[in-house]
Amino acid sequence: MGLENTLFESLPDVVTVKLDAVVNWARKSSLWPATFGLACCAIEMMNTVSSRNDLSRFGAETFRASPRQADVMIVSGRVSRKMAPVLRRIYDQMPEPKWVISMGACATSGGVFDNYAIVQGVDKIVPVDIYVPGCPPRPEMLVHAITMLQDKIMKESVKDRRDTFEAESRESIVPGTLPVTEGTALERETEIELAQNQTSRPYTIPSRHERRRSS
Amino acid sequence: MGEPGPALVERIKAKNETWVEDYKNALDELTIVTPRDAISELCAFLKSDCGYDLLADLCGADRGPEEDPRFEVNYHLFSTQHFGRLRVKVLLNEDDPHVRSVENVWRTANWHERETFDLFGVIFDGHSDLRRILLPSDFDGHALRKDYPLRGYEPYSMN
Repeated sequence: MGLENTLFESLPDVVTVKLDAVVNWARKSSLWPATFGLACCAIEMMNTVSSRNDLSRFGAETFRASPRQADVMIVSGRVSRKMAPVLRRIYDQMPEPKWVISMGACATSGGVFDNYAIVQGVDKIVPVDIYVPGCPPRPEMLVHAITMLQDKIMKESVKDRRDTFEAESRESIVPGTLPVTEGTALERETEIELAQNQTSRPYTIPSRHERRRSS
Repeated sequence: MGEPGPALVERIKAKNETWVEDYKNALDELTIVTPRDAISELCAFLKSDCGYDLLADLCGADRGPEEDPRFEVNYHLFSTQHFGRLRVKVLLNEDDPHVRSVENVWRTANWHERETFDLFGVIFDGHSDLRRILLPSDFDGHALRKDYPLRGYEPYSMN
């Protein structure tokens, strides 16, 4: 009570300030992460918002189950190839402005899972702002990442657009989605039908099989 | 309690001599090897007449590319009536990994057979919906085969 009153009395009625500073200050002070726990890192992410580490001190405690209401995606854990299109879709469903934190070794580089099932780094699918090392990172490291992201947000401008980042990430290697297994005859028919009707394939590059089919 | 022994083998043989190719009774666990054409009928018999009403597991195994027969399909049965367990095994060649589906006996076999097809490439004839279940639908190869490279085939290896 007393602090605000003193502050208001000491300030003039009108303050001129850069729009970027005000908007960025508002954005960084209420980061709403999307609930996107993928593996054991998610346990540390939950711990980060719990009372011991208390992420709400930095305005980022409101985890949203809907990507429409979130603006930070914390990719906490390994991303399997089957999860990759889902992750990209959730990222696309988040409204601008949005940021991505790659939490842990697996999300950042695949970690120990250098195999056919795991995407070797989530930055092949979405543009990443902050990488957090560790296996898993301690909650303090995630808090540090949030504060680093806040610093980064303060350097942005409302004029910035992210389209270039998106174009970059779309060109990177992402598994395709067409079925090419020895399936039933009906499945092959629907597969061919799908391929013929499909004009654009967002978020994926043609897989080996698709290229072979088109050539 | 209720563990099956050679008596069950005799009972199956009395029903149809060709159903039991081989059997082993080790560590109080009975394993019956059956020809792949007979698996559906044998399972129906075991369920209706011998009380093995629960398909506890259905899984594949790859003995290695140099082995012949290369693939196994294992059926782990359990009886909720006399609490006996039984393992039925089908051996398959690499060139022709086809086996009859037991989906018409236990409906739960549907997903188990899809998983076995997904990871080992065993084809279950008569299956209603034989698609991949764990791996992405555009996946190349079958991941649990011994000769499948750890990082997968191109372009899946992202190095």
